[in-house]
Amino acid sequence: MKRKALVLAGIGAVALAVPSVMTFAAEDWGKYQVGDTRSGYTFAKTETRAIQDDDFENPGMLWVEHGEELWETVDGEAQKSCKSCHADASDTMKTVGSTYPVVAKDIGKLENVENRINRCRTDNMKAKPWKYDSRNMLGMVSYVKRQSYGQPMNVKIDGDAASWFKKGEEFYNQRRGQLDMACKHCHVDNAGNMIRANTLSQGQGNGFPTYRLKWQKPGSLHRRFRGCNKQVRAKPYKTGSDEYLALELYVMYRGQGLPVETPAVRN
Amino acid sequence: MASKPRVRVPKKAKAGDIITIKSLISHKMETGQRKDKKTGEKIPRLIINKFVCKFNGKVVFSSDWHPAVSANPYMAFSYKVVESGEFEFAWTDDAGETVSKKAKLTVS
Repeated sequence: MKRKALVLAGIGAVALAVPSVMTFAAEDWGKYQVGDTRSGYTFAKTETRAIQDDDFENPGMLWVEHGEELWETVDGEAQKSCKSCHADASDTMKTVGSTYPVVAKDIGKLENVENRINRCRTDNMKAKPWKYDSRNMLGMVSYVKRQSYGQPMNVKIDGDAASWFKKGEEFYNQRRGQLDMACKHCHVDNAGNMIRANTLSQGQGNGFPTYRLKWQKPGSLHRRFRGCNKQVRAKPYKTGSDEYLALELYVMYRGQGLPVETPAVRN
Repeated sequence: MASKPRVRVPKKAKAGDIITIKSLISHKMETGQRKDKKTGEKIPRLIINKFVCKFNGKVVFSSDWHPAVSANPYMAFSYKVVESGEFEFAWTDDAGETVSKKAKLTVS
């Protein structure tokens, strides 16, 4: 009897020990955490983080290099390249990644890096605009945002941007689709919990365009929005649409203070 | 199909050292198992099926790749340094296209 009791006590101890293993120890995430705001990096698996940590191994860097080549490539009737006007990207594009989307005064609209690049191409270079998630567009956006690598996210939400920010916030909290779920139900209420085999992150935008192992290539934040919307069985909006631009501003604001990680690697 | 490959080899090493050689190449690695969503026809397989590394003309590492290898494949391996010379890396895909890259190693 005594032995049996001991065995039972042993099982009890094991059973009690399990929950303490399951709860995550407060880990020091360094620059990837600011207050309660945590980058998607902190929710990724160790192997995935290792790919991002090594610039050589990070396949997103292939697109950054492609963008670097495009920067100097002359295109369009105006016979200009990005370099013709903007000179050295490491200097002129330094704050773009951490501050976009911004309201452009000349068109009176919120604009992200993708839309800004295409406006430059059509208006200044007299070249054809690129498709939103094309190799060239992803390359150029990755290259431009990479120039802000490590800088804290700092988007402007007052003044002209205030109405856009409000729209974005409404979108974020608005239930949609057959599953009747809002962004916040996963990324605010359940961040850190499992959704089937994956860990839900806070849905931060500081690493985009992100190289997703599932996609086997980088993708824009708007592509990610479309995927999320489809998963709750809602009809997604178009990439580059006003709805997603407003949402982009709100999502970037949520990550205020996190470093720009472009190109991040996620599963 | 494949674009500029990247390799990382230490420039200098001592004889007897074991060095890590890393390589990364951009390639779509079409598995041959996907269908075109519009026409319903199979997209033909187009992957890199062979990776070879030569040192001073002699094969030191080679591997056959199959459809489960991801897009933009990364390959790393160890090499025991003997003498100075030049590595030549070559990736060959199903279309028969070969992309190669060279890197020098000096024994100090």
